[in-house]
Amino acid sequence: MAREILKRIGTAALTVFAVATLTFFLTRAVPGNPFLSEKNPPQAVLDALNEKYGLDQPLYVQYVKYLGNLLRGDLGVSVKLQKDYPVARIIGEMFPVSAAIGFFALLWAVLLGVPLGCLAAYRRGRGTDSALQVVCTLGVSLPSFVVASLLLFAFCGGIAGWKLFPTLFQAGDWRSYVLPCFSLGFYPMCYIARQSRASMLDALGQDYIKTARAKGLRTGRILFKHALRNALLPVLTYLGPQVAFTLCGGFVVETVFTIPGLGRYFVQSISSRDYPVILGTTLFLASFLVGMNLLVDLLYQAVDPRIRLGREAA
Amino acid sequence: MRLQQTPAPPPEGRPLLEVRDLRVSFFTPAGEVRAVRGITYQVDYGEVVGIVGESGSGKSVEAYAIMGLLQPPGRVVGGAVTFEGEDVLAFSPRALTTFRGGRAAMIFQNPMTSLNPVYSVGEQLMEALRAHQKAASRREAAQRAAGMLERVGIHNPERRMRQYPHELSGGMRQRVMIAMGLICHPKLLIADEPTTALDVTIQAQILELMKDLQRQTGMGILFITHNLGVVAELCHKVCVMYAGKLVEQGAVDDIFYRPGHPYTEGLLRSMPRLDDQERRRLIPIQGTPVDLLDPPAGCPFAPRCPHAMEVCLGRMPPYVELGPGHRSACWLRVREGLSTSPAGGEEASHG
Repeated sequence: MAREILKRIGTAALTVFAVATLTFFLTRAVPGNPFLSEKNPPQAVLDALNEKYGLDQPLYVQYVKYLGNLLRGDLGVSVKLQKDYPVARIIGEMFPVSAAIGFFALLWAVLLGVPLGCLAAYRRGRGTDSALQVVCTLGVSLPSFVVASLLLFAFCGGIAGWKLFPTLFQAGDWRSYVLPCFSLGFYPMCYIARQSRASMLDALGQDYIKTARAKGLRTGRILFKHALRNALLPVLTYLGPQVAFTLCGGFVVETVFTIPGLGRYFVQSISSRDYPVILGTTLFLASFLVGMNLLVDLLYQAVDPRIRLGREAA
Repeated sequence: MRLQQTPAPPPEGRPLLEVRDLRVSFFTPAGEVRAVRGITYQVDYGEVVGIVGESGSGKSVEAYAIMGLLQPPGRVVGGAVTFEGEDVLAFSPRALTTFRGGRAAMIFQNPMTSLNPVYSVGEQLMEALRAHQKAASRREAAQRAAGMLERVGIHNPERRMRQYPHELSGGMRQRVMIAMGLICHPKLLIADEPTTALDVTIQAQILELMKDLQRQTGMGILFITHNLGVVAELCHKVCVMYAGKLVEQGAVDDIFYRPGHPYTEGLLRSMPRLDDQERRRLIPIQGTPVDLLDPPAGCPFAPRCPHAMEVCLGRMPPYVELGPGHRSACWLRVREGLSTSPAGGEEASHG
């Protein structure tokens, strides 16, 4: 067991290394340069800047240097967005903002999505089920910028002068979190509801549910003890990576609600070719993802005793 | 085997289970599928009754109806099920949960999928007990569960209880299912093809076990199978089901030595026998069962019957009493009965 986990961690490290390499070369393959803008600086200035950040050296030298720094835990400094500010500190400051919103977004998504899915499965083909299906299909089809913009319009003064929530994000003010959390969690909630409905339907059709009914168990126990635990695996599979993505911030939601989060910053760093920031944030997300997948694998075992780490890896 | 229980003395005059003119239909988009079309029989205290029929004859559906386990689009559309004098079909959902697993238990065809893979064997056994005896503590329940496992021939029950279903063999799992069914001492056990999915040697062991348990506890068993050999082994009484109807019923000897219906004869001829010295070929029954979406007006077996007459296709034959407790629904018997025995028996007109 411990050996298996070590093995997984080794594979995870390899994955992160591959991501680092790919990202490094891909960002350099994109035309442009951090120091170019509409008003091109004189060549002498450009040369000086390139030299200062080591961008004048051959690519492979830069790559090896970058990896070397990475091994020491040094992600470098921003060359453009916040000049000379360490990337690690940028992530350290912005991640908590995104993570707080992402956490509550996923929390309500799971706490509502799973029971709604169960309810829809239990009442399949009836009114409740159909209504939920409509809402959830809408939820997974509507782009988040539509949801976020509509909410912003409706509750921040657009309709009938309701100004229930602030338009500008204020860290620490709970009212600033309501709409972003709602819009960020809406898609996962609908997705989870659909997913749990499908897997609950599958579980409810199994023979062991018939056995549970024949034993004289009440409906609640059959649903939540016997069916749900079997239906949880697909939901877990979805949630693992989703936790990483959501906690690292949604670009659209952070842009619409002007939240100084990691998701928005990540996209900004790409458009301004801030190489170290791109690499740093990408690697952060990648490690988080890989870690979540590992955690999900471990949780599988807790949910389903038939699954043992290493058996399929062997 | 410890625990030699004496069977409860059967109360006079009342059968354990009485099924009267039971009808079950499935309401599918294509129309109403009449899976069970009016069947009548009874199971007495301590009696083992076999229901024999091929796939799709309605035998399992009928059992589900008795247990209140039918799921939409299936529904009981007529008739009555009486258990110890109580109308099962009128039970509230609450009453059904105490009935199921408490007074009547059911075990299923496929032990590989009938246990929940994510809970330990012990947990599932104890749950069956505690669903009905709320007062039982966890320790008591564990003791009872272990005792029950031992009784169904599982050694080292404490260890087995900690294991999960996938760690047990098929035969072992069916033993667990039986233990689970019997843990609350039901008066009736419905066994829906409990040996079909098992190896032949394991089949024999499970049948032997059920026979022993039946003798010890004195419970009634309703044994659903397509295997006549199993019936001969275990049952006192046999009901032969075809296309949602009981075409013949009687004591096991009547059915095997004096079959009164061409379908029963066909079943017997298509069954291999070890004691057959002449090495006869097995004779399959020609044709396929009728479409229950649009059942024929006459005898459902008539299209496949070698003795079919014109009347068979047009009208469902009444039951003819061939002997004590032995009756069959066949126009041949009606003809014979009318000509040879004036005391032909009650005519329950069905269909």
